[in-house]
Amino acid sequence: MQRLSQISYYLRESPMLAAGFIMVSIIVLFGLLGPLFVDTSLAQPLSTTPRMEPSWEHPFGTDDSGRDLLSVMVVGVPLTLRIGLLAGAVGLGLGIVLGFTSGYLGGRFDVVTRGIVDTLLTVPGLVVLVSIASTIREEISVNIMALVVASLAWMWPTRVIRSQVLSMRERAYVQMAKLNGMSTAEIIWKELFPNLLPYLAAQFANAVNWAILSSIGLEALGLGPQNDPTVGMTIYWAITFSALIRGMWWWWAIPIAFIGLIFVGLLMIAVGLDELANPKQRKAV
Amino acid sequence: MPPLLEARHIRKVFSSGGGLFAEDKETVAVEDFTLTIDADKPSFTTIAGESGSGKTTIARMLLGVIPPSEGEVLYAGRSIGQLEKDEMRSFRQDVQAIFQDPFEVYNPFYKVDHILTTPIEKFGLASSKSDAREQIDAALRTVGLRPEETLGRYPHQLSGGQRQRITIARALLLKPKLIIADEPVSMVDASLRATILSSLHKLYREFDISFVYITHDLTTAYQVSENIVVLYHGTVAEAGGVEQVIKDPHHPYTRELIQSIPVPDPGSAWIEEEIEEKEVDESSAAASMQGWSMCRYAPRCPHAMDKCSTRPPLFRSGAGRAAACFLYDEQEPVEEGNLTQLFSEK
Amino acid sequence: MSESVNNREPLLDISGLEVHFETRRGIARAVNEVDLTLYKGERFGLVGESGSGKTTMILALLRMIKTPGFIAGGKAVFDDGTDLLALDAEQVRQTRLKRVAMVPQGAMNSLNPVIRIGEQMMLTMREHGEEGERDELMARVVGLLEKVGLKPEAASLYPHELSGGMKQRACIAQAICLNPQLILADEPTSALDVVVQRQIMQTLRQLQIGLDATVLLVGHDMGLMAQFAERVGIMYGGKLVEVGTVSDIFRNPQHPYTQLLISSIPSFETRGDFKGIPGVALSLLDPPSGCLFHPRCPKATDACAQREPTLKEVSSGQWASCLLHEEEHDATAS
Repeated sequence: MQRLSQISYYLRESPMLAAGFIMVSIIVLFGLLGPLFVDTSLAQPLSTTPRMEPSWEHPFGTDDSGRDLLSVMVVGVPLTLRIGLLAGAVGLGLGIVLGFTSGYLGGRFDVVTRGIVDTLLTVPGLVVLVSIASTIREEISVNIMALVVASLAWMWPTRVIRSQVLSMRERAYVQMAKLNGMSTAEIIWKELFPNLLPYLAAQFANAVNWAILSSIGLEALGLGPQNDPTVGMTIYWAITFSALIRGMWWWWAIPIAFIGLIFVGLLMIAVGLDELANPKQRKAV
Repeated sequence: MPPLLEARHIRKVFSSGGGLFAEDKETVAVEDFTLTIDADKPSFTTIAGESGSGKTTIARMLLGVIPPSEGEVLYAGRSIGQLEKDEMRSFRQDVQAIFQDPFEVYNPFYKVDHILTTPIEKFGLASSKSDAREQIDAALRTVGLRPEETLGRYPHQLSGGQRQRITIARALLLKPKLIIADEPVSMVDASLRATILSSLHKLYREFDISFVYITHDLTTAYQVSENIVVLYHGTVAEAGGVEQVIKDPHHPYTRELIQSIPVPDPGSAWIEEEIEEKEVDESSAAASMQGWSMCRYAPRCPHAMDKCSTRPPLFRSGAGRAAACFLYDEQEPVEEGNLTQLFSEK
Repeated sequence: MSESVNNREPLLDISGLEVHFETRRGIARAVNEVDLTLYKGERFGLVGESGSGKTTMILALLRMIKTPGFIAGGKAVFDDGTDLLALDAEQVRQTRLKRVAMVPQGAMNSLNPVIRIGEQMMLTMREHGEEGERDELMARVVGLLEKVGLKPEAASLYPHELSGGMKQRACIAQAICLNPQLILADEPTSALDVVVQRQIMQTLRQLQIGLDATVLLVGHDMGLMAQFAERVGIMYGGKLVEVGTVSDIFRNPQHPYTQLLISSIPSFETRGDFKGIPGVALSLLDPPSGCLFHPRCPKATDACAQREPTLKEVSSGQWASCLLHEEEHDATAS
């Protein structure tokens, strides 16, 4: 109960967080509840009349191959979200492990980790992803997409978490924990980690955001799962079939609108959480 | 029985700067410090000094938080750096700490109970949850707090005085033999200081706990302590019983310190008195930190002589007291700078 | 409280000052109906513990209160009729430094770390309307630095190159650069060594006498107050509970809080005698009824929980806010 009231306190304190939360919830609900109202079999090619403008029967129109775009989005949005969540989780998970360890322990481990992270961060991510994706011979599935993107999602979280840990390491309550005989692992997990929760949540929102955008980028280039109608693949098809020139605006505008909504929503969550995590915002009463 | 805690000629040097284009700057924070805390007889020793005197560095070395650059700190005869796991545990139980900032020692994520339950858990002090609760209640009551009003709250919901007393209660739970208190009242309101000092004094008198009390405030030291060591820039300037040293200071620095304390008596000439403005310029003093061959205080000292260009040893300037000043060089120096021996001669 | 004290004219008449802080749990009256007159050329010490409102009060006079705090009422009128609390933003900027200046607790809050000391002071002076050639202003800066006991070379140093004491002297130099009538010093020496503290306070006193300025020293070190101030005011829970000359306050305190405060000062007289003030510090969000101090007061009566006392003159020049004296006062007045 206490956690629920804490969450509602956070939502009240930061309107940005609340707004972002609402946006993302709309998308998630769209994906979750969509199949209840929409016939998802219509997301397959040749299910219905192609090249139809949005109408009552097909609110999002249909594409060149006869897919009903509303069904496509209902199927595709959860897939894209899944990629984002998986990659974001892996990225953050690795970031937490590496960031906490190298931040708290320092020494050679830190020097090596930092070196690797800083170097990899300078490499343009998309280029790496493209090279990785194009060398995968097998059929790229949604999960494989997630892993490909995850391979680059861990560096930034590692870096920022490390710097947070560095600043927390010298706090008096950490000294106190040492004097209490706590082991390094216990200190990291019990003393440092809980204080970083809002910050980590913000990083998670960022990681997911980045992962979704990267996956869409890859997919739009054609390096995605060919048989799954993820949002990015839909854009790919729209590009391949020259939807822009042919005036089939609904084919590309609607996926882009969804992307925009997800992006802004996640961004607002991240910024809102960051605001809360920032100690200056916490007013001591 | 070996002494509980022994600092033998500990020295601490910090190096800063350095890198590709600058030289490493070395600062000697503590020059040569020796002190022993007995295991059987409780003692109350103050280590007094201004900021930069090295008092906090000594505290950290005594607690094993930082290692000395030279010399060693021994717990029950064994060097702290070489303790085995269970000896370390025993050390952490016997030697406890109270810190200056009554807010920072609390993890803001947890209620204040956390700071009391953690040591019980880590040191296996209680047989059951209710036993733990009983011990916590008893400890809180000993320091004058009411468990109902204190437990279950977050740190920011309590006053500085209450938070500090909780840290004392925490130290008590472990039934230590020595508590090292680093400026325990300097961040607490004046009216609450007396209650905290009173608790510390009570622990000394009734629970036989030894104290090493670190402070810059000589008046509080006078209230609670038995013995005092006055530090100046990392060296011992004077040592002895607190009554003697405060009422009749021997070292010129101690005299200057005591004279500078504003007394709550409107009639005194503290502010009108023209003091010889020897530049108390801390930056030049910091520069002289690197030169160790002379008496550190000489640049400011009204009694400076030629002799003062070498480092004065700690001379026995009276019964059970000593001052590191050539004004007393007719006397014998304290062997090995052994302050404990000195105090026992009172 | 407006007659002259020691043949001095009033400088600033503060009446009914209220500063409130809005929080989720209600309104905290950080400064609670404070009436106080400051006289020209005097050294006044304002004493209180944390939460007493002493720092909030000077921030209010400087119009530096930030949300969620706000000035809820009151006036602070200068001898020429200017009400500090009624000035608009532009006028406030004019008044700061020219008439009212502050010496803060830490030099960090006043000195820009990336600008040399001399340069900063010139910029500050220019910002407050001083005109003149660079050389002229610099000469004035050097003069000020010497007045506070710094060498002229300090003007070309950065703040981090100065020691704590020297930085504080630079802050004082900056505060007096435009000859203000009122200097508000917020615990200026709390971070300094005892020895350095004494030198700084002596310097401050000399400067103050030389400028014939009024100094309001805020702090909690009673010993320092006893030595520096001529008059002292005691604050508790946002209210001014006692005002008097320094010798009256220390030798004959009238308010129970003041009495306890004085007896709790550790001295070199008694060892092992620990006298504090019993009870818990009050919560501004949930203040006691009637007299704010009554839950901790050894002399509290039933009436104290019901009626709020007001500041009344107990003897010539000494004022206390306590029901015990109110009866006496009313008795002698009638």
